[in-house]
Amino acid sequence: MDSSADDRARLGLRESATFDRSTIAAIHRAAETGIYDIRGWGAKRPLPHFDDLLFLGASMSRYPLEGYRERCDTDVVLGDRYAKYPLHLDIPVTIAGMSFGALSGPAKEALGRGASAVGTSTTTGDGGMTREERTQSKNLVYQYLPSRYGMNPDDLRKADAIEVVLGQGAKPGGGGMLLGQKISARVAGMRTLPEGIDQRSACRHPDWTGPDDLTIKINELREITDWEKPIYVKVGATRTYYDVKLAVHAGADVVVVDGMQGGTAATQEVFIEHVGVPTLAAVPQAVQALQELGVHRKVQLIVSGGIRTGADVAKALALGADAVAIGTAALIALGDNHPRYAADYEKLGSAAGFFDDFQDGTDPAGISTQDPELASRFDPVEGGRRLANYLRVLTMEAQTIARACGKSHVCHLEPEDLVAVTIEAAAMARVPLAGTEWIPGR
Amino acid sequence: METLVAFDLATTPLREVNTALHAPGLTGEFVIAHPDGAHNVAVGLDAPIRVQIDGHVGYYAAGMNQQAHVTIDGNAGTGVAENMMSGTVWVKGSASQSAGATAHGGLLVIEGKAAARCGISMKGVDIVVGGDVGHMSAFMAQAGRLVVRGDAGEALGDSIYEARIYVRGNVASLGADCVAKEMRPEHHSELESLLAAAGFDDDTAAYTRYGSARSLYHFHVDNAAAY
Repeated sequence: MDSSADDRARLGLRESATFDRSTIAAIHRAAETGIYDIRGWGAKRPLPHFDDLLFLGASMSRYPLEGYRERCDTDVVLGDRYAKYPLHLDIPVTIAGMSFGALSGPAKEALGRGASAVGTSTTTGDGGMTREERTQSKNLVYQYLPSRYGMNPDDLRKADAIEVVLGQGAKPGGGGMLLGQKISARVAGMRTLPEGIDQRSACRHPDWTGPDDLTIKINELREITDWEKPIYVKVGATRTYYDVKLAVHAGADVVVVDGMQGGTAATQEVFIEHVGVPTLAAVPQAVQALQELGVHRKVQLIVSGGIRTGADVAKALALGADAVAIGTAALIALGDNHPRYAADYEKLGSAAGFFDDFQDGTDPAGISTQDPELASRFDPVEGGRRLANYLRVLTMEAQTIARACGKSHVCHLEPEDLVAVTIEAAAMARVPLAGTEWIPGR
Repeated sequence: METLVAFDLATTPLREVNTALHAPGLTGEFVIAHPDGAHNVAVGLDAPIRVQIDGHVGYYAAGMNQQAHVTIDGNAGTGVAENMMSGTVWVKGSASQSAGATAHGGLLVIEGKAAARCGISMKGVDIVVGGDVGHMSAFMAQAGRLVVRGDAGEALGDSIYEARIYVRGNVASLGADCVAKEMRPEHHSELESLLAAAGFDDDTAAYTRYGSARSLYHFHVDNAAAY
């Protein structure tokens, strides 16, 4: 019988901080199966994050804008450095790349519906572009990944922007995997793979290595699409300062930096929790790189990895991002981990709020699955409506903060508007510890 | 008679040449002179045209080709015909690494040798190489056929899926999950057609077929060392 925390305390039982119950369970699991743990979601460990920053609202030395009456714009233009047709988005919150395969067709459709309703973009993923998402997404970013599954020039020309993916925050340096349970006939067909196998994706591009090659590759993509589409370069956050500089030199119109809290559909637990750096640490490095090259706000910066609230959006923008991307939060908005599926999660040995087995394809919410019966539980129209609502809330929250700081555009927020409540966050974000003028390392 | 249009890359910017080759409803024959190692020549074509490139080209020549028949009268740099969907790309000389990478369809002929990673992640293309191929050729090859008239370098067909490889010469070593397989009559017939399409009439009995043992198709602890 389980005992409560109080009972255990009364008995003098003490849990090891080093070998806590999760660690013990992980060792038992490894000993029983002989294979590493693969799961979805992003890093679950506590990390310095946007919660460790606070805004300095206006008072005497700054004056605020009137909420609801004075304008606070939210539009953003992405990719106007070289592209003939840059993206014009109404809000600075975009939907990150998530594959059909990882997600069901209706879930991809819902992302398109929700994003289009509020004037923002969605992004494909490994495995190519589906009819559902192209039809429903007014602005669709086409990912160009190492595996090139489903990659074809017709879809490239149909895209509104192209994102060359070097890595993602959940697994910088790692390739993709999609386990056999999710390799349905349609997914297998799109990826030119046998049905039902555990699919491996390469971690490096097959026809270029390093920044000099990337320059030529980007030019190839531009030549093929007649210099019409913005080209993004996405990196997982690690050596962000250098990676961003190299991406800019290679000709990127937009750089996407994904911190280690960024989600994944299926990655080794050890990878998710131990490789990469927190989003908070990566943003100032990226901004410094852009500033030193004289292209800050000319080459746009999209930040992702753990964005949940309008406050997170506002803080990322204040640190110098032009927009953010959400993945995990978007799935939650669609209904992932909703208490209404509590009984189903328990049957899977999980619980609402804890479910991260996206790799298994057993998602009771019908989002991260290829099972037709489970996928049919999910209503793409209702899902799209929920996502649009959530995106509106994020935007209004960011506007609320921007107005309080006296800004007529959310992108006018700046580091000067921020302080940190921990020394770690102050050092990473390069803003003063609250109540001091101290920025560690400065 | 089809019109023959000539471009000179010594005097005409590449952008102008590729724009002209992307014109809607294009037919006819085109000659590109003085490529002088330029990258991205004749990429993204999608018309039943013939393009002759007189000289050596750099990276990604004829990349993502659809329908067009492109002849390179010289050597090709990295990623020639990468992600080709259909049509033909014919290299009279040799090709650098990643020739035909991820290509879904069409025919790539390299009369000379091909460097490392020839046919990497190929997804349905047919590749015929007149000479040797470098290491890691047909790495993660998913579908299509790779014919090597010479020798193959180390780790041929590493982590191969359903592509088929035919090699006449020696194979330095096979990659993970790649094995020699029996040449059944249908394979002799298939190989003969591929060789004929590339202008060769070798005795197919001199070739060995390689493909996937399919032992890495599912993650398993016993395969840990192979991943």
